[in-house]
Amino acid sequence: MIAEHVAFGIIAAVMVASALRVVTTRDIVHAALYLVIVLAGVAALFLLVGAEFTGITQVLIYIGAVIVLFLFGIMLTRSDFDQDTETDHKRKFPAVLTALLLVAVMIGALVDRFEGVRLDANLPGGQTPQTTAQVSDELFSQYIVPFEAVSVLLLAALIGAIVIARREEGG
Amino acid sequence: MNAGVAMSGLLAVEVPYWATAIIKMGVIALVIPTAALVLGYVFLMKIMSFMQSRLGPMEAGPYGTLQLLADGLKFLQKEDIFPEKADRTVFALAPLVVLVSTFLIYVVIPTGPDAVVAQLDVGIFYALAVSSLSVVGILMAGWASANKYALMGGLRAAGQLIAYELPLVLAVMGVVIQAGTLDLQKIVTAQATGEIFGWDGIGNPFILTQFVGFFIFLVAVQAELTQPPFDMPVAESEIVGGYQVEYTGFRFLFFFMGEFGTAFAFAALAAVMFLGGWALPWGDLEHWAFNIVGPVIMLVKVMAVAALIFWFRFTYPRLREDQLQRLAWKFLIPLSLLNIVVTGVFKVIL
Repeated sequence: MIAEHVAFGIIAAVMVASALRVVTTRDIVHAALYLVIVLAGVAALFLLVGAEFTGITQVLIYIGAVIVLFLFGIMLTRSDFDQDTETDHKRKFPAVLTALLLVAVMIGALVDRFEGVRLDANLPGGQTPQTTAQVSDELFSQYIVPFEAVSVLLLAALIGAIVIARREEGG
Repeated sequence: MNAGVAMSGLLAVEVPYWATAIIKMGVIALVIPTAALVLGYVFLMKIMSFMQSRLGPMEAGPYGTLQLLADGLKFLQKEDIFPEKADRTVFALAPLVVLVSTFLIYVVIPTGPDAVVAQLDVGIFYALAVSSLSVVGILMAGWASANKYALMGGLRAAGQLIAYELPLVLAVMGVVIQAGTLDLQKIVTAQATGEIFGWDGIGNPFILTQFVGFFIFLVAVQAELTQPPFDMPVAESEIVGGYQVEYTGFRFLFFFMGEFGTAFAFAALAAVMFLGGWALPWGDLEHWAFNIVGPVIMLVKVMAVAALIFWFRFTYPRLREDQLQRLAWKFLIPLSLLNIVVTGVFKVIL
């Protein structure tokens, strides 16, 4: 367990440092690239607790697709290569305050729920890595209703995006 | 189930975890340049020359075999140039990101019952996920070069790679449904022990049932490698060299190794999923001899798939941007979805 604690400490430190750079750097492309490190850290944490499938999905979706879309959008809309000051806006302090409040609420909720709780090492995902078959079995039996609800939600978002895009095209 | 275990069994010494990890990383670090060299020499130089009725390189070594080594040495000697307005850190990191993405694919490719770096339960899913990391490196290169051609190349590459990522993943789904696992090692076993209507003479290589998937996979791989006919991102007659335009010396060499190393890795994945991988359909799959014969069998199959990939490359003219996007979204993705449905129906019926 010691090795895992050390690994967690290193990954968490790198993630926090990169997350701070995401909001403090003045170059928006650098911000997106620091975000890559943060998201890779999340994937590493998933792998650390034995959630292989979730960790790999994190890499495929967030780094392979979401970040690429971010970068694509930034590079498509900005033509200057010089330092960018627009990222430093005036409502900095309310933003910091909101972030701190959110951290406080999350820490409160997590401590309240998990204080003194130890994960059972024999559960799937505890000691042995959780297999993809286990994930899919649970997803399509126990969690079938939330799964379908999310599917319908995504479909609605997809259709909405197409409708909005087509309306702009027409008008 | 890995090379380290087999090795320690053979030599009867306990090899510590860190030592096997270092040995394995060393093996991959050697395999990638070798693979790039072999594909570059055999296909890019010799087969392409043959198709164009010329000899190709003949001076360096017998039949020009040492040409790429000479080129590599030349690249290493070149000056390390940064464009004046370049974002230096990102510019320097970009080729490394591309190469690391290639490096990570090799981790799961099996070449024998024990000859694999890591047998992962998520196998093929992992390979596709890490292969998508190279897009980030390409966008970094395009942006950091501070050059309009590089930026346009980077954007074209990103648009293309996003579009062809989907058919690539969906084409694999058919194989996964049929084998019932994502684990590449188990996909090999499923093919070697399979039967064609009760006849087990040649096992059941998935290319027989998943030929649609094989076709889509190869087309998508071609686009992922930004090779002709999908070479809009590096079209030299329009945007000079795309995201690679400002790179020289060993940084350009990294991109070259990344491209051909990835071509080899994708050919290996295709060989594992569609052609039966390292196994022969007869004999004991767990036999230790497969650790020695397996890599040879794999190499033969990989070269066969690579021959197809490069044959396409040398034959077809470049697609226009709209043709390229239409092919992905309106043809390959619906076809691969249909393939998944049909495979699923047969899986339930049979």
